[in-house]
Amino acid sequence: MSEEREKVIPGEILETGEDWLPGEGTRRDGKNIVASRFGLKEIQNRLVKIIPLSGVYIPRRGNLVIGVVTDINFSGWNMDINAPYTSFLPLAECPRFFNKEDLAEYFDIGDMVVCKVKAVKRKGVDLSLKSIGLGKIEDGMIVYINSNKVPRVIGKEGSMIKIIKDATKCDIVVGQNGVVWIKGKTAENEMLAKETILFITGKSYLSGLTEKVQEFLSKKFGEKK
Amino acid sequence: MISNLTKKRVHDYLLEGKREGRGLLDYREIEIELGVSKNAEGSARVKVGKTEVVAGVKLDVTEPYTDHEDEGTLITTLELLPLSSPRFEAGPPKIEAIEIARIVDREVRESKFIDFKKLCIKKGEKVWGIFLDIFSINDDGNLLDAAGIAAVAALRNAKMPKYDEKEDKVEYGELTNKGMPLNKETPIILTFHKIGNKIFIDPGQEEEKASEGRISFGFLDGNINACQKGNDAPLKLEELSEILETAEKKAEEMTEKIDKAIEKALKARENRK
Repeated sequence: MSEEREKVIPGEILETGEDWLPGEGTRRDGKNIVASRFGLKEIQNRLVKIIPLSGVYIPRRGNLVIGVVTDINFSGWNMDINAPYTSFLPLAECPRFFNKEDLAEYFDIGDMVVCKVKAVKRKGVDLSLKSIGLGKIEDGMIVYINSNKVPRVIGKEGSMIKIIKDATKCDIVVGQNGVVWIKGKTAENEMLAKETILFITGKSYLSGLTEKVQEFLSKKFGEKK
Repeated sequence: MISNLTKKRVHDYLLEGKREGRGLLDYREIEIELGVSKNAEGSARVKVGKTEVVAGVKLDVTEPYTDHEDEGTLITTLELLPLSSPRFEAGPPKIEAIEIARIVDREVRESKFIDFKKLCIKKGEKVWGIFLDIFSINDDGNLLDAAGIAAVAALRNAKMPKYDEKEDKVEYGELTNKGMPLNKETPIILTFHKIGNKIFIDPGQEEEKASEGRISFGFLDGNINACQKGNDAPLKLEELSEILETAEKKAEEMTEKIDKAIEKALKARENRK
């Protein structure tokens, strides 16, 4: 982890030889393993892969995402989850009873909903609400970040997000699609949590980020006093 | 599309008068850089906070319009580049781009900022044609006002190219020292936005998306030359008179600011040479 990883751009030759295997974000071109995305090069045994630094969110099954309702159908809601596919939240995937006559009463156009990706099909993404902690967001603040930086914001086993939560006393939900929901007691706390998250996304390539974030937070608290 | 949640938050903050460290009628910092394009006769890069636009002025000899035989021509275009915001797509200009270009065009033309009569070479046959091209580089709200500032700065920066009358050719390589025939006063476009019953200027990206109504005024030396109403929400008569009152003061203040920024940019450019 402490090792500086090399930044690579598409077309760059990563390794040469038949021993290597192309992983995520790379392809084989003759004898070479060539990068097809912009990101950090990582080698795991024989596998060469790229941790992307840019690009759109590609939904995967089981992802927790936060989306906006864009349209209401007779059988559910069309959602925008910042992905290049259309996504749909069917009525059948809601855990409690909904009156089919008036779906707008539950989620109206423009409402933000925390949901889970149930399946990624060819025609689009299916979402679900059948899990704990999913549902409509009533208040709080929304921050948009690059979806590739989400792992950095969450940290190893949630270490990073725990630091921010403890320091700012805010509830934070990070959607895998790069939408972050912050709910705190005061607007100042929410703003501080937002600043910290943007600080992390701006410096995501650094190693030892956890210490830097702690430093940043203690400095911010020092300013307040 | 903006979520109801963010819209409500923007509204709440406006009610409290909180706006990321500035008041309702405070502008973000304006930065101007001149002569950014090598091939244009005049160009400017304008930053209003994180919003960034580039404008270029190109001059050519063309035929005048038949109803204005002794006047030069002006064509303003604006392109909202896809790199500046995920909202914009490549392709022919959409309604938003056309609207901004037309407001800027109207303000520059109707304020008599450019003396078109002096751009005439031979009446009815040859006049100078001005092409004013504006591009958005980054959109953090308020592209309209920024485009107006960029257009003015680029025109101020422009120098007339040499024109060879015998061969009927413009020699672009050699710019004369003569600037364009411009008014001393600087025109400015000010856009007022309305959310709920709060009126504010210079919106950020979220504020612009949440904006319910807007009205733009083009000023030159205290006179209104251009006006455009946008978005759905109507304005009350009292609101409008309040806007006009503040607009006049604000325009004066802003013109001074812009003039200073242009002067500073001109000096910076001379020092570089």
